[in-house]
Amino acid sequence: MATYLEFIQQNEERDGVRFSWNVWPSSRLEATRMVVPLACILTPLKERPDLPPVQYEPVLCSRPTCKAILNPLCQVDYRAKLWACNFCFQRNQFPPAYAGISEVNQPAELMPQFSTVEYVIQRGAQSPLIFLYVVDTCLEEDDLQALKESLQMSLSLLPPDALVGLITFGRMVQVHELSCEGISKSYVFRGTKDLTAKQIQDMLGLTKPAVPVHPARPAQPQEHPSISSRFLQPIHKIDMNLTDLLGELQRDPWPVPQGKRPLRSTGVALSIAVGLLEGTFPNTGARIMLFIGGPPTQGPGMVVGDELKVPIRSWHDIEKDNARFMKKATKHYEMLANRAAANGHCVDIYACALDQTGLLEMKCCTNLTGGHMVMGDSFNTSLFKQTFQRIFSKDFNGNFRMAFGATLEVKTSRELKVAGAIGPCVSLNVKGPCVSENELGVGGTSQWKICGLDPTSTLGIYFEVVNQHNAPIPQGGRGAIQFVTHYQHSSTQRRIRVTTIARNWADAQSQLKHIEAAFDQEAAAVLMARLGVFRAESEEGPDVLRWLDRQLIRLCQKFGQYTKEDPASFRLSDSFSLYPQFMFHLRRSPFLQVFNNSPDESSYYRHHFARQDLTQSLIMIQPILYSYSFHGPPEPVLLDSSSILADRILLMDTFFQIVIYLGETIAQWQKAGYQDMPEYENFKHLLQAPLDDAQEILHTRFPMPRYINTEHGGSQARFLLSKVNPSQTHNNLYAWGQETGAPILTDDVSLQVFMDHLKKLAVSSAC
Amino acid sequence: MSQQGYVATPPYSQSQPGIGLSPPHYGHYGDPSHTGSPPGMMKPAGPLGAAAPGGMLPQGHPPHGPHQFGQNGAHAQGPPLQRFPGPPPVNSAAPSYAPYSPSTQSSYPSPVSTSSVAQLGTQLSAMHVNSYAANYGPQMAGAQLSYPGGFPGGPAQMAGPPQPQKKLDPDSIPSPIQVIENDRATRGGQVYTTNTRGQIPPLVTTDCTIQDQGNASPRYIRCTTYCFPCTSDMAKQAQIPLAAIIKPFATIPSNETPLYLVNHGETGPVRCNRCKAYMCPFMQFIEGGRRYQCGFCNCVNDVPPFYFQHLDHIGRRLDHYEKPELSLGSYEYVATLDYCRKNKPPSPPAFIFMIDVSYSNIKNGLVKLICEELKTVLEKLPKEDQEETSSLRVGFITYNKVLHFFNVKSTLARPQMMVVTDVSEVFVPLLDGFLVSYQESQSVIHNLLDQIPEMFADSNENETVFAPVIRAGMEALKAADCPGKLFIFHSSLPTAEAPGKLKNRDDKKLINTDKEKILFQPQTNVYDPLAKDCVAHGCCVTLFLFPSQYVDVASLGLVPQLTGGTLYKYNNFQVHLDSQQFLNDLRNDIEKKIGFDAIMRVRTSTGFRATDFFGGIYMNNTTDVEMAAIDCDKAVTVEFKHDDKLSEDSGALIQCAVLYTTVSGQRRLRIHNLGLNCSSQLADLYKSCETDALINFFAKSAFKAVLHQPLKVIREILVNQTAHVLACYRKNCASPSAASQLILPDSMKVLPVYMNCLLKNCVLLSRPEISTDERAYQRQLVMTMGVADSQLFFYPQLRPIHTLDVKSTTLPAAIRCSESRLSEEGIFLLANGVNMFLWLGVSSPPELIQGIFNVPSFAHVNTDITSLPELGNPYSQTLRMIMGIIQQKRPYSMKLTIVKQREQPEMVFRQFLVEDKGLYGGSSYVDFLCCVHKEICQLLN
Repeated sequence: MATYLEFIQQNEERDGVRFSWNVWPSSRLEATRMVVPLACILTPLKERPDLPPVQYEPVLCSRPTCKAILNPLCQVDYRAKLWACNFCFQRNQFPPAYAGISEVNQPAELMPQFSTVEYVIQRGAQSPLIFLYVVDTCLEEDDLQALKESLQMSLSLLPPDALVGLITFGRMVQVHELSCEGISKSYVFRGTKDLTAKQIQDMLGLTKPAVPVHPARPAQPQEHPSISSRFLQPIHKIDMNLTDLLGELQRDPWPVPQGKRPLRSTGVALSIAVGLLEGTFPNTGARIMLFIGGPPTQGPGMVVGDELKVPIRSWHDIEKDNARFMKKATKHYEMLANRAAANGHCVDIYACALDQTGLLEMKCCTNLTGGHMVMGDSFNTSLFKQTFQRIFSKDFNGNFRMAFGATLEVKTSRELKVAGAIGPCVSLNVKGPCVSENELGVGGTSQWKICGLDPTSTLGIYFEVVNQHNAPIPQGGRGAIQFVTHYQHSSTQRRIRVTTIARNWADAQSQLKHIEAAFDQEAAAVLMARLGVFRAESEEGPDVLRWLDRQLIRLCQKFGQYTKEDPASFRLSDSFSLYPQFMFHLRRSPFLQVFNNSPDESSYYRHHFARQDLTQSLIMIQPILYSYSFHGPPEPVLLDSSSILADRILLMDTFFQIVIYLGETIAQWQKAGYQDMPEYENFKHLLQAPLDDAQEILHTRFPMPRYINTEHGGSQARFLLSKVNPSQTHNNLYAWGQETGAPILTDDVSLQVFMDHLKKLAVSSAC
Repeated sequence: MSQQGYVATPPYSQSQPGIGLSPPHYGHYGDPSHTGSPPGMMKPAGPLGAAAPGGMLPQGHPPHGPHQFGQNGAHAQGPPLQRFPGPPPVNSAAPSYAPYSPSTQSSYPSPVSTSSVAQLGTQLSAMHVNSYAANYGPQMAGAQLSYPGGFPGGPAQMAGPPQPQKKLDPDSIPSPIQVIENDRATRGGQVYTTNTRGQIPPLVTTDCTIQDQGNASPRYIRCTTYCFPCTSDMAKQAQIPLAAIIKPFATIPSNETPLYLVNHGETGPVRCNRCKAYMCPFMQFIEGGRRYQCGFCNCVNDVPPFYFQHLDHIGRRLDHYEKPELSLGSYEYVATLDYCRKNKPPSPPAFIFMIDVSYSNIKNGLVKLICEELKTVLEKLPKEDQEETSSLRVGFITYNKVLHFFNVKSTLARPQMMVVTDVSEVFVPLLDGFLVSYQESQSVIHNLLDQIPEMFADSNENETVFAPVIRAGMEALKAADCPGKLFIFHSSLPTAEAPGKLKNRDDKKLINTDKEKILFQPQTNVYDPLAKDCVAHGCCVTLFLFPSQYVDVASLGLVPQLTGGTLYKYNNFQVHLDSQQFLNDLRNDIEKKIGFDAIMRVRTSTGFRATDFFGGIYMNNTTDVEMAAIDCDKAVTVEFKHDDKLSEDSGALIQCAVLYTTVSGQRRLRIHNLGLNCSSQLADLYKSCETDALINFFAKSAFKAVLHQPLKVIREILVNQTAHVLACYRKNCASPSAASQLILPDSMKVLPVYMNCLLKNCVLLSRPEISTDERAYQRQLVMTMGVADSQLFFYPQLRPIHTLDVKSTTLPAAIRCSESRLSEEGIFLLANGVNMFLWLGVSSPPELIQGIFNVPSFAHVNTDITSLPELGNPYSQTLRMIMGIIQQKRPYSMKLTIVKQREQPEMVFRQFLVEDKGLYGGSSYVDFLCCVHKEICQLLN
């Protein structure tokens, strides 16, 4: 057997799954002693170019409470054409179509390498993709112009049969009817009035004239798709109209008096967008794209008043309970988010403004529906333009990298229960035998709705081992988990992706070494970080940090090798060695520290942290630092102040920022213009190398990171200095002596201090 | 001006009260000693047109005129007495005087009329018979008077057999036509100067030129009496209403001088410090011109330095004739910023056109018609004389159960439509581009008007809203910070879920009960506050209604009424028949002179004050008359009461000041001053009365009371007051004569006939046959009428056409509105300002029929047409010219109905023959006169 590292990597590539533990402790008690919960990072729609979908439907276990899908772990009696469910042990007859199977003629889903299978469902009406643009018009002229261009560009990227709609808002909210000839027509709503879904639908004329509904017949949601046609039209029909409409779009004409913010009815606009889709395309994949250039200033969901002299809430205000509108606004957006999620619609927020725009209040709209959250300074920046363009990027098959209206269902073998999920999802509140009573993240259910997801959308799923200590699992027993993701593919097909995985059980007392070796510290760090961030949303920051610290200490106590009361003796095995460092950087990360961040920025960072895959998440926790110098090829260096040297160029990737930092000497050389001299061509190449690498990252990353080019002593160098481990500060500079690195002016503890302290606590018998 | 008392003496021989329950027996008309005039001249079938006005004088009358008699010579010569018959017995009155006896009625298939009479009889039997008996029963003398409308009680209630009756000659009773003709003969075509206080102007029906010499022209102000009683006791005694009918924006003929505009620059108008009256001819300059005494409150004010002028030898300022405010009764001031809202000059007003685009209006082509017409009519928006183009802005809204606003900004390639569906709390969705200059946005507007009918061509929305439409318009004006006028084209009961939603509450069962008034009140309490808001923001609402069934005019019409707008109603509108009438009204309404955002204040000299106001107004307090707009056809009737003694020397002075915004957005004050006499002699009071104005007042006060009181009470009050006024005259002014004589003051000779017309108006007539909407409509119509309009409305013009002299341009002389004046061989034209009828006798001359209709005979005439064909022959041309003249200056375009004698539609026509007994009740003139006489006798005893 290969190393665990290889095993983990192989599993990740095949199934998009990484577990914190790859050998599972076999009893509840032992599992809780492992500190890091049994959990996995799951990327449900991980791109698998090598995995062609099968064109038939999955075979389900016939037990009504199970309905697990036939998978390679099932025992099959080829002669009797029977299979035994590996979750509930129900014996099932194969359907007639499987009459010809045998050991040599197996369907794909029985082959071990197909632990992940994708099925295409042929039945059911296919509905086109729906894009509803919700556009703020309280923008500066050039901002609006840039936004209009981006929107028009996006139209050209949409498939011709996609349905599009347009809502614009400022002081009023306008729902544009797109099919009008000779006159442009829009429905206008007051921006201050909270409307119920029914009112909105009545006012838009979406409700059918009262026809008595037969109680016996369930309502068919897509019975009359034509009703909606006024506001959502196939792009090929109204391409010209919509282009003209966007072209004619003017700034909000209502005068903004001196000292006031423009009146912006974001809350009502979003409410109408949600209501419109709810009334016309319930349970159909749709994307609401909200573009805002400032905070909502009136009506339900207002975040700040229109008086400019009253600034928008800060963390300070929130702590002092001084944010007047926050609770009410949050409630409003949560209500909308839940409604959108219930109907399978996802909400994107593109917020471009120098000041805050109320992302804190609106975050649930994207977080609960799986929408994108993009934050920029202006619509007229490449950051926004390219990020927005990347939404419509296509995969190797020419399909959009987006899927809609997904439900993720988790089935576990009976020793396990599912405790919750953390990610861009909402609970579907499906109780079942495999639902744990303890909740971690969004729990109490075995199914979640993910309204919008892409190949990188990743959830953390947490489990609980429920096997009692006195009921040992037979040697070699394996626990199994099945992830079933129903979703609407961007080609409008309904698909089901099924991933079934199994891991060995091990008795923690006798086989702790096995378990220890199978620890995936990267996955564990991310999973713990997600838990921490999830807690931080509702708890005070210091509490979360304390909790994280305690978990870390307990983990070190459990798995460290040390003599009691002797910190110097403390050792951690390879599979744990990096974990404390991740935790150190996590403590310093903007996900848990709000200092120096606005509430909007915190929300933005946390949003992305809760949905990116493992690699990106790790970058977010602990940024990567590359060094370019004449001393050798580019190499990753420690994220430490000691890495900041005069003759180096540093490239730091924090996920949100790409920072290129020229060391003091390099910067001087550059100023002197050596790179333009033919004899110093190698210097030119050296300067160019990090730029090329940065470009590579910029090209693939979503959202586009902020690209920062700075040098020693530059004001923007703060981005780098705030991230590196402050091993040298103004306090200990002379103690460390020498010329290496750059001192950081901070009182933060360095990794070294942190580790010392950790060791001391881990070996102490006091706790 | 005529001081002649009108006296008629019926030989009341047997009809003394106190006979008991047996019906009175009345002697027949005709004292041989007084039958001086040849009755033949008034034969209905006679060639009336040929008769000279003089020939129509009542028998025995000397010619009228001030030159004939001294100031107090009312009875100096012993006026010739006329015999006047007492009231005929009720039971036989109907068959004798109703133009259509039951036998003739049978030829009209109208079961309604016969059955309803019976029904009415039973309904009324209890009260009316009792009161009737009371009038004659000595033991119950002094009990309530009764209106003769209750008379058709039928024989069942009457004791004794019906008495054979001799027919009373209608020619012997005072004729309105005669009065009109007399005044026209004596004062028509002359110049009337307003230099004397308390002069009685010519009648409204008389054409003359008016020269302002210190008192407002009667075109602006008319009074019920030009001589006020000195004390309130005296006023109470006479019970003559003291009222002025003010039409501040009345149209002035081109040969009269338009109002001068006075501009005092930033200092603004000169006003009395105490009562704030404006400088006017009633201010008395003293102390060499340094101070002046206010004619209204007697306060002595300093003359502002800039205004100082020396006085001449008779104490008049040297610049008396140079300053309009010193020498004229009416003039205008330029108002300063103090007179503007928020001390800011107003923006030019706006017109907003709001079209109901529900299914029926699209289907019948109305929307298309309106849109087409707007394209031309918008070229003629009103403007100041010196302006190149109108500064008025225009906006457009269409609606059914939602509202559609249109952005017609001139820079747009195509109009933009914005739908507001939140009708519960309507708002204006756009600021810029809604109200635009027609000239600048012409192409976009035309584009829009072309598209509107098509846009809604497929709509099958039947429900409409109404209150939100008005609110939307008002909010739009408010947002634009300008006053304006909404033109709403509406056709159905607003049943859609919205504020002001109405339900069909037309309940005929309420008629004749104490709850009948509810039918005239708005159904919900949404409209009154809405009207108040509209007035507060200078938003006038004009409503064009196109109902095909009950639409609750009482509710819909409230805002138009309170905001100084006009209500037009076209029942069962058909584009091919009724377009012309509607389009004329629309054009006229858009083009007419109008002032916006107006506030009127009526100031009086000490001793009396204005107490009550009637008209298209809204009052937040007791003195300020607020009007969102006031146009040239709207009149406000003001009632005065004493609060002290008036002196004969100083008289009674009235100053009416209207602050308003012109069509170009200038703030102005329009001042009208009028001086009246005062007298402690009742005779002077009676001499100076004007019946036309009295009727205007009576009508408005009664129609206002309709909202609060049972109709029966109102009718009784009217009869009561008429009797009282006349009895007071009889008692105090007339020379002693037999109690049975009916003596009428000359100025009130026709009061009974007009009063009867008022009582017979469908508003006051509680009859289920008449549509509730029509009654509410007519009620509203009258509330804003000026004297001329109310005169014509209550006593229509009836003119023979068959005697037409095609070579003359004068109108054929009018005749009295009675069936007996018609003839089978004749063609008659009747007009009351709202309706016009061309009545064709069965034996109408075929050449006339041919000339007018271009068809060979009576039988071929198509009665569906609503306008006469334009034919080249003189008959057609002259008739159409006559109709044009009659229509001229009337605020409403009259709908022409062709009526053939003895055909069903004649029923409608007959209602306008107001001297006859009404179809749906209401007594004939003769009956009413008898009734009044009886009441007078009662009062005198």
